[in-house]
Amino acid sequence: MTTTIRLQRDAFDVNAEAARLTRGRTDIGAVVTFTGLCRADENGEPIAALTLEYYPGMAEAEIARHVEQARARWPLLGVTVIHRHGRIAPGEVIVLVATASSHREAAFAAAEFLMDYLKTRAPFWKQVEKISGTAWVDAKAADDSAAERWSAPSPPRREAAK
Amino acid sequence: MKVLYFAWVRERVGKAEEVIDLPAGVATVGDLMAWLAQRGEDYAYAFENPRVIRAAIDRSHVRADAKIEGAGEIAFFPPMTGG
Repeated sequence: MTTTIRLQRDAFDVNAEAARLTRGRTDIGAVVTFTGLCRADENGEPIAALTLEYYPGMAEAEIARHVEQARARWPLLGVTVIHRHGRIAPGEVIVLVATASSHREAAFAAAEFLMDYLKTRAPFWKQVEKISGTAWVDAKAADDSAAERWSAPSPPRREAAK
Repeated sequence: MKVLYFAWVRERVGKAEEVIDLPAGVATVGDLMAWLAQRGEDYAYAFENPRVIRAAIDRSHVRADAKIEGAGEIAFFPPMTGG
């Protein structure tokens, strides 16, 4: 399986990244891409931009762990996860998750699984620039329940490695 | 041991990272948060509601009852909001 995981400050071409997954291959029957974009509002208030902070080293590791879980769970032929950090303006891409498989079910499910976990487990934090000043975005309970459905009924918790 | 802070925990503490000598009696992540909270006003503010703060040991998520013995790096941060 082809796996690409990148954290970067710069914008990127979503279509080129999706095309890279299938280049030269004839075994892939389905590619699902999810693109997360920066909106111009946060809870109804206009924002000028958002800034994403992340935990270098852990963010990559956490994404890689979840890609491995997705791979163990569905017959995937390729996964690309690209997440930006730094300052991002409304309309710009924040995140791309692309999954490739022989058939659509695995590609759809794995893309959704990866996004749900990215939202709740990958160490990124959004700060928005409002007219009233900067503010950290609050985590949403809806994101937690979206992630929990993949591990129902009792979500496993990772204990300290040592 | 290296301690890292992110997002509003970092802002409240006033630094991104520091090296601390683990005091006697601090065995778990929760103990460490309680100990940090009494180091001054900034720390007290950062850790005023320890239940909302998440932690990682050596770049893996852990709960507050996780033992910190043998940890090289421990990080404290708010619930994540990426994606």
